[in-house]
Amino acid sequence: MSARIRVNGVEKTLDVDPDMPLLWALRDVLGLTGTKYGCGQALCGACTVHLDGQVVRSCVTPVRRADGHEITTIEGLTPDGSHPLQRAWVELGVPQCGFCQAGQLMSAAALLKSKPRPTDAEIDQSMAGNLCRCGTYPRIRAAIRKAAGMPEEER
Amino acid sequence: MSSPVVVTRRSFLAGLNLSLGGLALGIFPDSALAAEPSAGTAKPAKESPTAGLDPNVFVHVAETGVVTIVCHRSEMGQGVRSSIPVLLADELGADMARVVVQQADGDKKYGDQNTDGSSSIRKGYDDVRRAGATARVMLIAAAAARWKVKPETCEARNHAVSHPPTKRTLGFGDLVKDAAKLPVPKKEDVKLRPKSELTRVSSASLPVLDAPALVKGAAAFGADVSLPGMLIAVIARPPVVGGKVVRVDPARALAVPGVKRVIEMPAPKRPYAFQPWGGVAVVAENTWAAMRGRAALEITWDHGENATYDSVAFRDDLLASVRAPGTPLRNTGDVDAAFAKAARVVEAEYVVPHLAQAPMEPPAAIARVEGGHCEVWAPTQHPQAARKEAARVLGLSEDKVTIHVTLLGGGFGRKSKADFVSEAAFIAREAAAPVRVQWTREDDIHHGYYNAVNAQRLRAALDERGKVIAWHHRTAFPPIGTLFGDQDRPNAGDLQQGVLDLALDIPNVRAEACPAKAHARIGWYRSVYNIFHAFAVGSLIDEIAHARGEDPRDVLLEIIGPARIHSLADLGIAKLANYGSPLTEHPVDAGRLRTVVERVTAAAKWSGRKKDGRAFGLAAHRSFVAYAAVVLAVVPDARHKVRVDEAWITMDAGTVVNRERVHAQLQGAIAMGISNTMFGGITMKAGITEQSNFRDMRIARIGDVPRKIHIDIVPSDGPPCGVGEPGVPPVGPALANAVFALTGQRIREMPFARALGV
Repeated sequence: MSARIRVNGVEKTLDVDPDMPLLWALRDVLGLTGTKYGCGQALCGACTVHLDGQVVRSCVTPVRRADGHEITTIEGLTPDGSHPLQRAWVELGVPQCGFCQAGQLMSAAALLKSKPRPTDAEIDQSMAGNLCRCGTYPRIRAAIRKAAGMPEEER
Repeated sequence: MSSPVVVTRRSFLAGLNLSLGGLALGIFPDSALAAEPSAGTAKPAKESPTAGLDPNVFVHVAETGVVTIVCHRSEMGQGVRSSIPVLLADELGADMARVVVQQADGDKKYGDQNTDGSSSIRKGYDDVRRAGATARVMLIAAAAARWKVKPETCEARNHAVSHPPTKRTLGFGDLVKDAAKLPVPKKEDVKLRPKSELTRVSSASLPVLDAPALVKGAAAFGADVSLPGMLIAVIARPPVVGGKVVRVDPARALAVPGVKRVIEMPAPKRPYAFQPWGGVAVVAENTWAAMRGRAALEITWDHGENATYDSVAFRDDLLASVRAPGTPLRNTGDVDAAFAKAARVVEAEYVVPHLAQAPMEPPAAIARVEGGHCEVWAPTQHPQAARKEAARVLGLSEDKVTIHVTLLGGGFGRKSKADFVSEAAFIAREAAAPVRVQWTREDDIHHGYYNAVNAQRLRAALDERGKVIAWHHRTAFPPIGTLFGDQDRPNAGDLQQGVLDLALDIPNVRAEACPAKAHARIGWYRSVYNIFHAFAVGSLIDEIAHARGEDPRDVLLEIIGPARIHSLADLGIAKLANYGSPLTEHPVDAGRLRTVVERVTAAAKWSGRKKDGRAFGLAAHRSFVAYAAVVLAVVPDARHKVRVDEAWITMDAGTVVNRERVHAQLQGAIAMGISNTMFGGITMKAGITEQSNFRDMRIARIGDVPRKIHIDIVPSDGPPCGVGEPGVPPVGPALANAVFALTGQRIREMPFARALGV
């Protein structure tokens, strides 16, 4: 099967098993390695991308489901790292190992798009699907608040 | 020395909030140095990029003035790439805007590269500084000779040497040619700067070197490197440690489109050390095909001698073990006599299961074997061990193996084992193609080097006034030594972790190591045995306080006793491994333990607690020669019955290099401590790990970690101590004590989720 997917604004044709999870198509076929494999079962959020602007876990999203749709990965969030979330992430030193952070950012970006000034409860709820083993959660909260133009509170 | 895949200058400049203007563009003439982080095709490593000053393997000053600093330790989130180069640059007098950081390959010329034991700064502080100071001394000598002045009258700062009396200045680059002709000074002729001159490392906030690349998805982890013609391997490993393949039918796997080869792996022999796990590898054009191919394999296994390993039964075995005398490893006074005359005895048993590191990045490694040489890219904590193991598997000498270290998507001890690297090396040779071995999350959880499973029995004898007059501690766990040979119980090297180095103001003390057989691969895990030892000790002290009806803080301070340095005789031991640090520099200091308790309880307003529906728990612990104390405030929670609402942590780690990353490590320690205590636990049935993914091997999610974590780092000019691990151990007992204060339920076994029924 040949799937046509607009990835980060560029039309791509993927000749792969239509059951192949989008994650592996992005990483192995398109070379977009910013999206990470963490669990393969939509339990950790490391593979989070946007499908038509909505958060999906690419590890359980088959390529056929993305056919004809628009996918945004971390590489396409901004070309230069200038998204307010990316800037806040750097300024507040959010990443430790950094492996989960692309997924965290993609979830946070979708959150701010739908709720530009989220409450603490909304932040926790929206980010609950993204695991971080290093424990950067307090700074993730602070950086989301900062990017939203709200006080950071405790770091 | 270079690894081309790891982040380079642009991120550092951006991290320092410097623009990428003409300066940056003008001073990076060398393409290898100027390479962008390339998650993508790996370029060959390049040695000695430009002519210049090379006083040692850690620093290179080019004629252009560019200073290249090698980070020889692995970056796994602890911030070492944002710390070692800054420390060296500070000592040298270099401007970080003109520094390029390169990740070292695995090579003994760098000394110890095993990024483990919270040791990078603790053990490397002076060496890193001396490496920078040596370059500084040579640049100053070159300038002094040119100016015909005494070197002592010159100084190196801001990437230049100056002579203040005559107001002359020469940039580092201008001095390189002359300096390179000078002999490298002897160690004793290289004077380190006074600490007051280390201006950057004492600043409150240093940028995270790799953050700008990380937030763009541009930084390269283990699985992000791509080689031309690379294939992907996924391995079906024996479900039980020690198991073997009896028969494999590869036909259905080979029929999966994209699958190229099915390769039987060599069966490991005891002791297992870092050998590949055995099993059958499926090699395919992409990861998905390899996974599907593996699922289609038909394998008959011989599960071997560990097929009876059952965590429920083994828990009973461990408890039986600590109910009988073990090998005494610490002894003062007369414990038996003291218990005989005790007015009261407080005793309890504590159990902690195996724990799996579960770094967010599962193990992965890339290898290419060509022309009798093996080249590897891997997220390894221990590149020299990886080099040795890959060489062993391939029958090559180590000089024919190159290990490039990528960023690690977390390590926590898992990636100090070289098994996944040697798997990749073996398959790359067999498949005659570059190969990435990809572990799935299920592989990671099933085939781990788990933290040891443990049971302890502790008894305290109290006199009529409640004072503790005797302390009796028994611990049983299969130690990491079982990975490398026969060891039927922990030894003194194992019990240094929170048993032998425990500061107690108690006249009669005995600690015993009790037998425990290993039925799984046991390995390092962030904080290792300290997790369960701190849990038992910190819980028992709280139990003693409640038995006496007194404030747990006062009782903890009473048991620690007055500020003093413990001699080996005081401790009742012949020697203390002390995490490889000399006791003269890092004694067992009861005063420092007291101080962290006093500071953390002051910060948490301990005395005024329990007025707002919350309950508090406290614990303190010495590990990796640092001292940490934690207070947790817990509240009732609809989902998990209890939730940590606020946390305070105080740490005395001696001199710290990067306060900002220490802060981050301590925040992370609270989160990992909550994961271990609330949810942690690997259990086995019929020798097979029962958990398989984050569904049943839970770790803390964002809502499980408090919004407010207060970090307090004790100001110190003392020698640096460990940082990455010491924050974790006090979290478990602090949580146990807080839960008791809130609910009256004393939980003596991890994970708490089981006791709480959530």
